[in-house]
Amino acid sequence: MAKRKGIEVSIALSDAVKLTNADVIAAYPITPQTHIVEHLAELVANGELDAAFIPVESEHSAMSACLGSSATGARTFTATAGQGLELMHEVLYVASSMRLPIVMAVANRALSGPLSVWGDHSDVMAVRDTGWIQIFVENGQEAIDHTICAFRIAEDNRVLLPVMVHLDGFHLTHMIEPVTLPEEEDVSRFLPPNRYPLPLDPVKPVAMGDFAPPVIYTEAKWAQEINLRNSKSIILEVWREFEKAFGRKYLPVEHYRSEDAKTLIMTMGSFSETASLAVDSLRQKGESVGQIKLRLWRPFPFKELRDAVKNADTLVILDRALSYGGPGGPVCTEIRAALYNEAKKPKIVSFVGGMGGRDISVAGFEQIITQGMEIARKGSPNEYEIFGVRE
Amino acid sequence: MEKYTVYAPRLIPKKEKFAPGHRACIGCGEALAVRLACKAFNENTVVVNATGCMEIVASQLPYTSWRLPWIHTLFENTAAVASGVEAALKVMKRKGTGPKAAVKVIAIAGDGGTSDIGLQALSGALERGHNFLYICFDNEAYMNTGIQRSSATPFGAATTTSPAGKASIGQFSWKKNMPAIAVAHDIPYVATACPSYPFDMMNKVAKAIAVNGPAYLHVLSVCPTGWRCPGDITVRLGRLAVETGIFPLYEVENGEYKMSVETPHQRPVQDYFKLQGRFRHLSEADVILIQERVKREYEKLVEKAKNGRKSERAKTESRANTDQVSA
Ligand SMILES: Cc1ncc(C[n+]2csc(CCOP(=O)(O)OP(=O)(O)O)c2C)c(N)n1
Ligand code: SF4
Ligand SMILES: [Mg+2]
Repeated sequence: MAKRKGIEVSIALSDAVKLTNADVIAAYPITPQTHIVEHLAELVANGELDAAFIPVESEHSAMSACLGSSATGARTFTATAGQGLELMHEVLYVASSMRLPIVMAVANRALSGPLSVWGDHSDVMAVRDTGWIQIFVENGQEAIDHTICAFRIAEDNRVLLPVMVHLDGFHLTHMIEPVTLPEEEDVSRFLPPNRYPLPLDPVKPVAMGDFAPPVIYTEAKWAQEINLRNSKSIILEVWREFEKAFGRKYLPVEHYRSEDAKTLIMTMGSFSETASLAVDSLRQKGESVGQIKLRLWRPFPFKELRDAVKNADTLVILDRALSYGGPGGPVCTEIRAALYNEAKKPKIVSFVGGMGGRDISVAGFEQIITQGMEIARKGSPNEYEIFGVRE
Repeated sequence: MEKYTVYAPRLIPKKEKFAPGHRACIGCGEALAVRLACKAFNENTVVVNATGCMEIVASQLPYTSWRLPWIHTLFENTAAVASGVEAALKVMKRKGTGPKAAVKVIAIAGDGGTSDIGLQALSGALERGHNFLYICFDNEAYMNTGIQRSSATPFGAATTTSPAGKASIGQFSWKKNMPAIAVAHDIPYVATACPSYPFDMMNKVAKAIAVNGPAYLHVLSVCPTGWRCPGDITVRLGRLAVETGIFPLYEVENGEYKMSVETPHQRPVQDYFKLQGRFRHLSEADVILIQERVKREYEKLVEKAKNGRKSERAKTESRANTDQVSA
């Protein structure tokens, strides 16, 4: 039986990568991702993981080396954060359009300037449309489990898409948490070897990355889009299989005391646990409050989201990123769009907060929820509310 | 490195790994260079191609001229992609999950993709000691986007972003010495070549492939479209570039310089310039200035070849055998 132990989440995540027996890791250090790649370098150096660790000279090259490695058929992993993810930006689109099953952990970090090494979701939101499958995790156990699942999802020949596992910088990466690391045999049973269908191999030459004239581009992009949308059913299948094998259940939209709730707070990532405590506290005070958490960011779980909110009066959404000059938090904006044509839908209140590592306490979440209920009743002149800013 | 094949007339493989039917301009020296280089590749090769003329002319969906496994991703990351392919091949071979044969990774890019936007990725890959060959096909400008200057454009040449005019001589800086930058990485093999000297070029390609570790080849590739010259003098222009001392052919093996073609009696640079529209605006004084510089640079090179400067680090075993990339 796998044992539960206290371990830093970054280390736990790298240990999960080791369990997948990854072939190639190409990475460049950036706070708060560093512990992940340092630990992987150490595992390779000690011969505990039989892989090539390519200490590239930039994140652009990290993702580029991952393209080459994955196209050759190797199981490929990298990790980054904030500026690193931005430097990778153009390469990310190539990974998804070339159908390369790369797995990347993103230790979510704010973007410069001003320079901030601390966590928020500005980096995630900037790469929203890169065609990757994107999953938020909330705690150390989820970081392990979803890293393992990510390889199985990405490499499934019905999917063949890269996957980002988002974990909050510092708030999650640097926490020591009790986790259960699965046994190696169990992971090997759950995760079959990577069988990339058309690798770069002289025995059967393929040309990858040809350029597309206008008569082909739209078709190529549409095929990619259909494929990403269809990946949802396989993601769900993998998570069901994971539950069978390891006993932990995951859903695209997770619920907490939400069944009968009139007001829902929606969160992503590590802040979710704090928000849950605020829900408990408000419930004790007699408020009809619940929580939903977005796990699957891409492909967006439209059905699950609509089902989750259909009986609520108010939906308060906390974004940890800003769309400058725009309509509110990026997640909230999408959810407004997803619900716009529904006959029965809650009032939606957008909050932006927790940026650049600013913490939101339980009391803070209580305030967000109650203020959100009030705005839903009385209205507000603002597109969104900024939480906790000093005037 | 001793056992590479020597190419000679009639012994050149007939098979075209870079198939005809691509869309390069008439008389394209870069397509000629790629085609000839490919004859020295063996079957067990993976080609990693940068964005640029050679990628665009040979890979329009649903066609390809490549009869080798080939991958193009972006403009500036070719050496990094090659790093990934090379590392993957090595690990998968060790684990018994990849191709059984020894596969060589060959990265190809233009002068822009090499000496400008891709320089960082190239430097990283050379420094890490990957076992790969990088070939820069240098046509001395960003041709694919319409003849803009690069750092490899020669002094005085008119391009669309270094136009000649009342207040401009054209290209305002001297050509970046890319082979010297490669040499500074202490890699086992660096050479210059030109398809106007086809056997010299193919032999260098074969030699570079035989190296266990990083090798860099810099190939002057005449571009009639960008150089503003007729398409039927491509080969002649390549020879003139060498005979004038403007583009000397040499090798740097483990840090030791060796001239491939000696031109003690150089032709005047004007013989080369007068055939090309990009130099048409140069005054007599401009030509003298360039002539002097060409002479000086050539002498410096000959001096290096004489001294046989040795690079200790590269002399010892190729680092690709020992470093952490192969771990
Ligand atoms: C990041 C990025 N910047 C700019 C371009 C546009 N671009 C494509 S090819 C090219 C020039 C290629 O020049 P070179 O590498 O010398 O190759 P050539 O076409 O001359 O063979 C440029 C500027 C691009 N594709 N990507
Ligand atoms: S522009 Fe120059 S390099 Fe490009 S295909 Fe035409 S001749 Fe060749
Ligand atoms: Mg060029």
